[in-house]
Amino acid sequence: MLSPSILSHLLTRLATSLLTLVFASLVVFSTLEILPGDPARLMLGLGASEDAIAALRGQMGLNQPIILRYLTWAGHMLTGDFGRSYTYAVPVRDLIAERLAVSLPLALMALTLSMAIAIPVGLFAAARRGRAPDSAIMGVTQLGVAIPNFWFALLLVYVFAVTLRLVPAGGFPGWSAGIFPAFKSLLLPAIALALPQAAILARVTRSALIETLSQDYIRTARAKGLTQTAILRRHALPNAMIPVLTILGLQFSFLLAGTVIIENVFYLPGLGRLIFQAITQRDLIVVEGVIMVLVAAVLLVNLIVDLAYAFVDPRLDIPR
Amino acid sequence: MTFATARRYAFLALAALFLGAANPATARSDLTLAMVLEPPHLDPTAGAAGAIDEIVYANIFEGLTRIGANGEAQPALAKNWDISPDRKTYTFHLHQGVKFHDGAAFDANDVKFSLDRARAPDSTNAQKGLFEAIDQVEVIDPATVKVTLKHPSGDFLYSLGWGDAVIVGRTSAATNKEKPIGTGPFKFQNWAKGSQVALARSSDYWGAKPALDKATFRFIPDPAAASAALLAGDIQAFPSFPAPESVPQFQADPRFKVEIGTTEGETILSENNARPPFDNPKVREAIAHAIDRKAVIDGAMFGFGTQIGSFFPPHHPAYVDLTGERKYDPELAKKLLAEAGYLDGFKTTLKLPPPVYARRGGEIIAAQLRSVGIEAQIILVEWAQWLEQVFKSRDYDLTIISHTEPNDLNIFARDDYYFNYRNPAFKTLIAEISATPDGEKRNALYGEAQKTLSAGAPVAFLMQFPKIGIWDAKLEGLWKNYPIPANDLTAVKWAE
Amino acid sequence: MNRSLIIGLTITLLVAGMALLSYAWTPYDATAIDIAAKLQGPSAAHWFGTDHFGRDILSMIMVGSRNSIAVALVAVGIGAGIGIPLGLVAATRGGWLDEMLMRFNDLVFAFPALITAIMITAIFGPGAINAIIAIGIFNIPVFARVTRGAALSILSREFILAAKAIGKSSGGITIDHVLPNIASLLIVQATIQFALGILAEAGLSYLGLGAPPPNPSWGRMLFEAQTMIGIAPHMALFPGLAIVITVLGLNLLGDGLRDVLDPRN
Repeated sequence: MLSPSILSHLLTRLATSLLTLVFASLVVFSTLEILPGDPARLMLGLGASEDAIAALRGQMGLNQPIILRYLTWAGHMLTGDFGRSYTYAVPVRDLIAERLAVSLPLALMALTLSMAIAIPVGLFAAARRGRAPDSAIMGVTQLGVAIPNFWFALLLVYVFAVTLRLVPAGGFPGWSAGIFPAFKSLLLPAIALALPQAAILARVTRSALIETLSQDYIRTARAKGLTQTAILRRHALPNAMIPVLTILGLQFSFLLAGTVIIENVFYLPGLGRLIFQAITQRDLIVVEGVIMVLVAAVLLVNLIVDLAYAFVDPRLDIPR
Repeated sequence: MTFATARRYAFLALAALFLGAANPATARSDLTLAMVLEPPHLDPTAGAAGAIDEIVYANIFEGLTRIGANGEAQPALAKNWDISPDRKTYTFHLHQGVKFHDGAAFDANDVKFSLDRARAPDSTNAQKGLFEAIDQVEVIDPATVKVTLKHPSGDFLYSLGWGDAVIVGRTSAATNKEKPIGTGPFKFQNWAKGSQVALARSSDYWGAKPALDKATFRFIPDPAAASAALLAGDIQAFPSFPAPESVPQFQADPRFKVEIGTTEGETILSENNARPPFDNPKVREAIAHAIDRKAVIDGAMFGFGTQIGSFFPPHHPAYVDLTGERKYDPELAKKLLAEAGYLDGFKTTLKLPPPVYARRGGEIIAAQLRSVGIEAQIILVEWAQWLEQVFKSRDYDLTIISHTEPNDLNIFARDDYYFNYRNPAFKTLIAEISATPDGEKRNALYGEAQKTLSAGAPVAFLMQFPKIGIWDAKLEGLWKNYPIPANDLTAVKWAE
Repeated sequence: MNRSLIIGLTITLLVAGMALLSYAWTPYDATAIDIAAKLQGPSAAHWFGTDHFGRDILSMIMVGSRNSIAVALVAVGIGAGIGIPLGLVAATRGGWLDEMLMRFNDLVFAFPALITAIMITAIFGPGAINAIIAIGIFNIPVFARVTRGAALSILSREFILAAKAIGKSSGGITIDHVLPNIASLLIVQATIQFALGILAEAGLSYLGLGAPPPNPSWGRMLFEAQTMIGIAPHMALFPGLAIVITVLGLNLLGDGLRDVLDPRN
């Protein structure tokens, strides 16, 4: 069960998270105000007359005072209404939902893949600390950390899409085209995202395991005659989960928002590309909505990780 | 089941098998074609994006007139018209029995509604200029509309053929952005944002039925993915293929047809004529001579594109070849610079918008300018910044851009245009052209105008942008050229 | 001697040497366009081949290293220059100041870094300076956090209490005792951030948000290579390898430094 001190800690975290969210909304809104470029002009293009642009600005509500616009926007957001996209003329919420249907599965695939590789590799290396397999694995992970994921993606495209033609080079057929084709087009992007992450995660897993292995209760377990593998799996791994969880939390937040580059390489209609396009098209209301969703997601993941700490190790002093 | 019946069934099955083999299924009637850009919405009367018209023009929406494959104005919803002797009154006779896709009947009131809506003060039509000549629109009867002009306009029938001038329904106009309702042979099915728009044949179309019953427009912005999708057969046509570097691969492949056509995109190096040193004609001439157009086309477009010497498309009957007037001649460029007082050249800036032709072409041109002593610092800008800084505020020295609108020679006659070019003689010419009906005289005037621009060198003329069309070798009827933004599917079919 | 340290230091010095050499000599002019020589594979004349403008890729990589190093170095400088003092103040003063600084850190951490970088360049236009600012901003909380954590552990040691007992000011203690004791940790962190900065700069340049042409940049070279991957894969291979080797060198250097400087070893 959660102890009262942990509960109050979590409540404090929740409160500061909400405060951060409010502050973030102010930062986002005011930053976008100073973004040069008129969305109305951008929508109407080269041949547009000045009065057509002025008329559109009026329709878009861009002529109202800034405070009023902020309050309207923030107020609507509280009710779950993110406004309407300037360019697509559909509710921002729908756009975000559509794009999340690509980004979320992609992030989860990458995360699963990364864990599936990293944790066994970390265990393996920790069990053979200092010996040849360990050094070899550590060398490979060093390389993995150093590879820019978009370059790795280009190489994957060259080998598997251009040369072998096993998977599409890019694009996303939509989930309506069937699970398998959609899954296939997310495969290379997920691998490209996962491997560099896996390299980091494997290193963290290894060092966390080594750290716990030097602690007293492990020595006790060893004295009781448990085998090295049993010790690793039953005692060390659960206790090494804290740093691993921290990194996983960070990586998930990164994956959700930071896939812009990979989405560009593979031309996936994900959240990252939505915001990238929205910034260049000055579809400010979309930019605001997506950033708020992302910030909220990061804060939520942090909270969940916090909560997970408490479950993984109830004796834990709350880290500040 | 008796033995006899069983045998009969077996025979029928066999026969079906053989007949099936001998008589291949009827020709394919679906098509998936790709475009680079996804449109922001699907209402051609409320946005400048060519991508809107590339989906809806002639397929979903129709105007009184329409532009054909070679850029000529043809009858559409108006089956014919009478023009008054003073060429100020047009009486359009409309097709009858035409229906919008939502079932509403089309008549003269829709025409009046559409034209009045487009030219209203609060209209957000991106091409309001098209309707500038209109004085009033009157409904004579449900099948007849009279349009009175303020002054004769040689372009009027052509202007009505633009995507921005299509006829929209009175009840559906407000929702066309998301759910376009027109009178065309195809109706809108659905739009998977970020991915594709699907159209289906409309069963109650007033005109000739198209051969296709299903058409899907897929958005593929990545040149590498574009090649892959064609090769894999995911798409059967890419009418404006974005990767000139990959074209030879398709030319060598018998499964594909490659058609290099023309567009209305005059691609130029714009100069800010109000800003020193570009206010000096000698400097502008020097720049024109410093640029090796062939190297620009080879380097930026892998050889696709046609050199131009003025601001006029080479496929137009009135075209005059002036590419010889301003030849690549770095020595002459240096001499002209010296005469203008810039013996050691000068420093300037070159703002480049995102398209590949501008970014690649800009790097090559900057290098060419450098070799005659002009240090042009490259500044990369997004579209929003380009429109704001260059186009609206005219805060720029040099920039590269393709002017894609048809018949847009007149932009050099606009005082408030971003070139800041002032030439009264040219303005007079443009006014004359606008008042002259199509024909020999008008073409001669166009020739004059082209020569005036070449001589005045307000900007450096680079190339006519190519339309690189790649599609399945068995596919027929797609436009080779790009007289206006459109992928007209009415005549597209699969060869038997 | 530590193996990581030796390999890392060697690679780092080689890359730095290549950047310095490029000021004096490159095989070809890295910006010279020769369309006729475009898209050539590796050969004796062009070791790494040529790009779509016929430029020599080896020369471009050499000159491009200057851009990567400069951007990453200044970004780390910004992060350390602002983050370390912030962390020290937070650790020594504590209380509401500490709380506020740490909440500010959380805020910056909660913002998606790459998207913020894209917005910064959208406001000021693309360019090396904006890339530096964007990367630098996200280095601040990293240094602040590391500094604060390390400083707190030093501040609780006995010799600090002794210094306090003899009446030394807290500013004096920070400069004379805390800073020297956490310096090694900060150097290691700076090496890691430097490597991350090189990766970040490549990513921004790849998206067209880095330094503009004609000066080559590794990230932009990869962007240009993308559409040619089917016809000229060498255009993507070599700039990517340059990034990998540089980052690998810096990471190994950081690891080696940690092992050597860590008092526990």
